[in-house]
Amino acid sequence: MGLLDKQFATDSIVVTKVDDLLNWARLSSLWQMGFGLACCAIEMMATSASHYDFDRFGVIPRPSPRQSDVIIISGTVTLKMALRIKRLYEQMPDPKYVISMGSCSNCGGPYWEHGYHVLKGVDRVIPVDVYVPGCPPRPEALLEGLLKLQEKIRNESLVKKSA
Amino acid sequence: MALKTEQMVLNMGPQHPSTHGVLRLELELEGEIITKVTPHIGYLHRCFEKHTEAMTYPQVIPYTDRMDYLASMYNEFGYAVAVERLLGIQVPERVDFIRVIMGEFQRIASHLVAIGTYGLDIGAFTPFLYCFRDRERILSLFEMTCGARLLYNYIWVGGLSHDLHPDFVRSAKEFVTYFRPKIKELNDLLTNNKIFIDRTANIGILPKETAINYGISGPNLRASGFKWDLRKDDPYSIYNKFDFDIPVGQGSMGTVGDCWDRYYVRILEMEESLKIIEQALEILPEGDVTSAIPKRIKPPVGQVYSRVENPRGELGYFIISNGQVNPFRIKVRGPSFVHLGVMNELCKGHMVADIIAILGSIDIVLGEVDR
Repeated sequence: MGLLDKQFATDSIVVTKVDDLLNWARLSSLWQMGFGLACCAIEMMATSASHYDFDRFGVIPRPSPRQSDVIIISGTVTLKMALRIKRLYEQMPDPKYVISMGSCSNCGGPYWEHGYHVLKGVDRVIPVDVYVPGCPPRPEALLEGLLKLQEKIRNESLVKKSA
Repeated sequence: MALKTEQMVLNMGPQHPSTHGVLRLELELEGEIITKVTPHIGYLHRCFEKHTEAMTYPQVIPYTDRMDYLASMYNEFGYAVAVERLLGIQVPERVDFIRVIMGEFQRIASHLVAIGTYGLDIGAFTPFLYCFRDRERILSLFEMTCGARLLYNYIWVGGLSHDLHPDFVRSAKEFVTYFRPKIKELNDLLTNNKIFIDRTANIGILPKETAINYGISGPNLRASGFKWDLRKDDPYSIYNKFDFDIPVGQGSMGTVGDCWDRYYVRILEMEESLKIIEQALEILPEGDVTSAIPKRIKPPVGQVYSRVENPRGELGYFIISNGQVNPFRIKVRGPSFVHLGVMNELCKGHMVADIIAILGSIDIVLGEVDR
């Protein structure tokens, strides 16, 4: 912040593009939906807790989908839960992002073959921005996934559709 | 003029920050008083029993990890003990010692999550951060041993996947000396906190008779004043070699068997676990931890029920073998599933806000409720 303080000490102006300003604001305060599904949720909690401290990236857990920007699908999505997840996703306001955390929500994980009640990948019900592999992914891996999402947001544009 | 009232049905979950996973509770309310609670489960049913039919005996171990994901070590422990009983094999002494050390570390880690999230549920944020700070140190001990933080696949049938890291004993002792004063810190922060006591004392009282009738076990049963611990009462592995107490609920802040007792029994249990770890580290014998692992596990025709004291209660495995390499059937008796059954009994007559306190105090893990 030291650099910015000096900038605003006198009546200075900052020139930037609207896209850059909006993207900067969006990527630095990604509020996640505090919503855990299975084992990965414990790693997600560990990521928010003292040692890894998700807060420093502006990620704050919100209990309601209507106040959140990103939903982290942390764990096995069962067929019974899939419709609820779709509904939760639909309740989130735009722009919204999805991180699929762990093998289960990526592709079914260890339950891919005999899991008659397991959805083989959450991308069958909602669009996913970042996939984080692992069973469960380490907190560092989740942080990396978030950085990837921030990178994606940084390149978004209001007029141009991002690739 | 008489006020017209009617019963209201309120839905809680499956997305709710305090249901500890994907649990749905159907509440019937008379004003703000609860008249009935019906838990709806199955949002995390991951077909454990179907998987065991298709897997060989060692392949089941990773799936037992994923049932009660806060106490993975103990699930493996219980499963390994059950299959060894079916096979009739004896494991080397060092294996038993390491299993007990890991199991007790897992108990502390699991209780830390239970206590931390319990504080979080009823409005105390700081203890959560403190608990997770200490839990990270236990996880790094596990990581040092087997490379995983949460789901280990470490305890195998007849042995362990790896021996201990050469530095493990020193680090474990360091943790024990580090953690003792932290329990006092936690007591100052949460246990004796006036607001916390007001939210939990005399709430959700579980009398001893009701607890036994519902099949409650583990810390929840002990909080009701009944001294029952499988580590003492039905010893498995080498628990009879250690000297430790079984804390029971005293009702020191309210009535015996209330939420505060259930919480406090867990704090006391962590101290007992430290005692066991200390003793085990002192007399840890040398030996080969992989020598007794059978090359091919094919138990004779028969069945076995074996139970261990999981951080949450009695975890039982009922295994039927028809002489093949895969089990014919494995039935798990999970403590969380049984404990969820008493919810209605505990919540009746309390306010809506107390549901959070009661649900947090019985400490369920949905992975094991649904399996």
